[in-house]
Amino acid sequence: MIEVRLPTVLRPHAGGAASVEVEGATVGEVFEALMGDHPTLRDHLIGDDGQLHRFVNVYRNDDDVRYLDQLDTKVDDGDVISILPAVAGG
Amino acid sequence: MPQSDLVLRLTLDQYQRIVGHCYDGLPDEACGLLGGPLRADNMTPVGEVTSVYPCTNVDASARTYTVDSRDHIKALRDAESKGGGLVGVFHSHTHTDPYPSETDLEQALEPYWIYVLVSLRREAPELRAYRITDGTISEVPVEITR
Repeated sequence: MIEVRLPTVLRPHAGGAASVEVEGATVGEVFEALMGDHPTLRDHLIGDDGQLHRFVNVYRNDDDVRYLDQLDTKVDDGDVISILPAVAGG
Repeated sequence: MPQSDLVLRLTLDQYQRIVGHCYDGLPDEACGLLGGPLRADNMTPVGEVTSVYPCTNVDASARTYTVDSRDHIKALRDAESKGGGLVGVFHSHTHTDPYPSETDLEQALEPYWIYVLVSLRREAPELRAYRITDGTISEVPVEITR
């Protein structure tokens, strides 16, 4: 099982949970499982181009998956996926 | 609902680190994260700052900032290792007042954080702090101690 840690802003979409456990061999599969259980998360995680939403950073353990294989990044049992909102402004 | 009696407490050294990083970032906006203790809900800042984390603005822009995602995770893990979490973010306004802009308002995704603005518009830097929750901006008093 893969633990997915959710940021405060997305917890209402998962019944208030700070973390959920799902199955998946890649980040993409983990996300599909997550969004299958919690459909309203989709618009916040995936952009119109089917890739990670630009305002969301996703880490496999402590590595940003954008620097690995994005949604194709492999995950193993015991890995922790952390979702953090991008910190940005002007 | 985030509490309204929050005060941001910085040491003089932390204040100087924040402002120094903002000047170092010129002509672009600079940004960084703040770590500190959280209340029992593990989300609400107590108000103290344990660590200042100067970060890279990957936008490299005088108008916008985005904290480098790699700096973000490092700061989070360090803050957690000290028994707390991230409590806020600071960034500079190179030519405007220390008040959240429209962009700041739209992109403030952490309802419990303290948003610190440092204006470099005038001769002396001006640092102010805010909560941004559900589109509402409320100022957070800042105390600087030795």
